[in-house]
Amino acid sequence: MGMNARLRLAASFGAACLAANLGMARAAESEASRAARWHDVAAAIFSHRPITENSDLLHLEAPPRALDAALVPVSITIGPSARIVALTLVVDDNPAPVAAKFAFGTLADPHLVKTRIRVDQYTLLHAVAELQDGSLVSTSRFIKAAGGCSAPGGTDPAAALARIGRMKLHLLAAPVPGMPVEAELLISHPNANGMQMDPVTRLYTPARYVQSVQVSQGGQSVFTMQGDISLAEDPEITFGFRPSGTAPLDVVVDDSAKTVFRQSFPLAPHGS
Amino acid sequence: MSPALAAHPSALVQPAPGDFVRVGVCAEATRANMDGIANIGFILGRTGVAVIDPGGSLTDGQRLRASIRATTDLPIRYVIMTHAHPDHVFGARAFLPDHPVFIGHWRLPAALANREAYDHARLAAVLGEAATGGPVIPTLLVHDTLSIDLGGRVLALTAYGAAHTDTDLTILDQRTATLWAGDLLFAGRVPALDGNLTGWLHVLDQMAGVAAVRAIPGHGPDAVPWPAGADDERRYLTVLLHDVRAAIASGQDIDSATAQAGRSEERRWALFDAYNGHNVTVAYKELQWE
Repeated sequence: MGMNARLRLAASFGAACLAANLGMARAAESEASRAARWHDVAAAIFSHRPITENSDLLHLEAPPRALDAALVPVSITIGPSARIVALTLVVDDNPAPVAAKFAFGTLADPHLVKTRIRVDQYTLLHAVAELQDGSLVSTSRFIKAAGGCSAPGGTDPAAALARIGRMKLHLLAAPVPGMPVEAELLISHPNANGMQMDPVTRLYTPARYVQSVQVSQGGQSVFTMQGDISLAEDPEITFGFRPSGTAPLDVVVDDSAKTVFRQSFPLAPHGS
Repeated sequence: MSPALAAHPSALVQPAPGDFVRVGVCAEATRANMDGIANIGFILGRTGVAVIDPGGSLTDGQRLRASIRATTDLPIRYVIMTHAHPDHVFGARAFLPDHPVFIGHWRLPAALANREAYDHARLAAVLGEAATGGPVIPTLLVHDTLSIDLGGRVLALTAYGAAHTDTDLTILDQRTATLWAGDLLFAGRVPALDGNLTGWLHVLDQMAGVAAVRAIPGHGPDAVPWPAGADDERRYLTVLLHDVRAAIASGQDIDSATAQAGRSEERRWALFDAYNGHNVTVAYKELQWE
C-alpha cells in the first residue's frame, strides 16, 4: 500500500491516535461494529477482493492483553502445505492499519513470521496470506491494549537516533544450504509515528519510520517487507529461509526520511 | 465517613519528626481508593510546608491538603513531584489555591505534556471525570541538585538520569536524615520499570552514598532503614538484568522471556504478575542492543 492509500485510511478512521479516550470508548464496541470495520479496512487494502477465513492454514499468536502497548509481539505460522507469496498484518483500529506486508522471494521458507507492533486500542488483529493461486485467506485475534501509538515511555530519543540503522541478525540454527532455517533480524530505528513528543523541544517528533526491508542472499530474494508506523520501535522480524550456498545475507532498509541502511551478515559454514 | 475514605489509610504517620507520610494502599487504582496507592506526604519547617507528591487524583490531593490543614496553619510553599506517574502527581491541582512553587525534574514538563491525555483517559475511566484531576507543570526545575529552605530545615533535591522513569527526583531532609526516594524505591510492592534498568541500578549506587538513616519509599511502608532498605529492590532488578540478558544470549524471543525472566522473585513481591512481564519487556528492549 502506498503512502496515499495509507493517508486515506488514516483519514477515514479519524486518525486521532492521541485521543486515547476514543480508544476507551471503542473498548465497548460490539462484535458487529468490529466486523464492519474489518470489512471496510479489508476492502480498502485488498481492493474488494474476496478473503476466506481459514484459521487452520494460518495461525496468529499474540498476547490477549498486551504487557506493553508499544511493543506487542506477534507470531504468524502458516501450515506446511500452504504455498504463500505474500502476508499482510493488519491492526484494524490503528491510525495506519497495515503494520507490515511481506512479499516472499525464491529463498523464503514462509511458514513462520514474527514481528512486534504498536497497538493503539482494543482491536482485532488480522493476518491475510496471499496464496500462489492469487486467493486470499485470513485469520484474526483480539488484543486488549491501549496507547501504543502515543504511549509514553522512558525511551531517550537522542540515544535512539544515535543508534539508528544498527542491525543484528541471529540465526536460530546453523545454516545448511537448501535446508530451512529461522533467523531473527533486529533493526535499530525509532520508527517514530509523529505522535510522540520530544522531551527537550516539546514539539512532536516528526514521523520517521521504516518503509521497506529487503533481505536477499547472492541476489536472490528472501523477502521484502513494507512497513509503516504500526511497527514497534526497533523493528524486529523473525523469518524462515533456505540458504543458497554460503554468500552473506544482505539487508537493505529504507526509511521515510529517504535514508538507506545496508548490512551484510556472513553465514557461518556449518560444522566448521 | 464515605466508603472511599474508609477504604483508605488516611492517617498520617511520622517516621521522623516533621516528616509526615500518608501510606498508599498496595493495589491498583480503584474508585474505592481514588488512586491513593502511592506514599505521599509533606515536610514541616519553621516557616512553611513542602508537599512531596500531591497524590494520585484530585480527591487524593484534596485529602492530603485537608490533612496538612489539620496539622499546621503554615503556608504550603512547595509542591515537589518525584516523577511523572499519575499516582504521584494527579492530585497537584488540589494545591493550586495555595499558590505554591511546583518543582520537578528538568524533563518533567515534557513528560507530563506527553503523558497527560493518555493517563487522564485511563484514570478517568476508573475514578470518574470529576475526581481525576491532573498534573501541574512545574516551574522550578531541578537539573542536577537544588536546595530549598523551609525555615531552619533545608531540603536537598537531586535529579537523576533514566532509572524508574526519566524524571526521577529525590528529596533529602537534612535535619532528620530522611530520604524521600519516590519510586526509585519500592518496598514490598514489585518495582515497575518505565525508564532504564542499568540506569536504575546505577542510580541505586549513587543513592547508597546519601547520608540518610531512613528512606521513604514511593510504595511500601512509611519508612525503611537506609541504605539496607534498598536491598530487596536491588536484588530484584539484578535478577531481572541477569535473566533478560541470559534470555537474549540464548536466543529466547521477547514473549518467552516475559514468561520466564524474574520468576524466581515471584513470591517475594505484591502485584508481581501485574508488572513483571512489563518490566521484562522494557528491559529486553533496552538490553537487546548491548
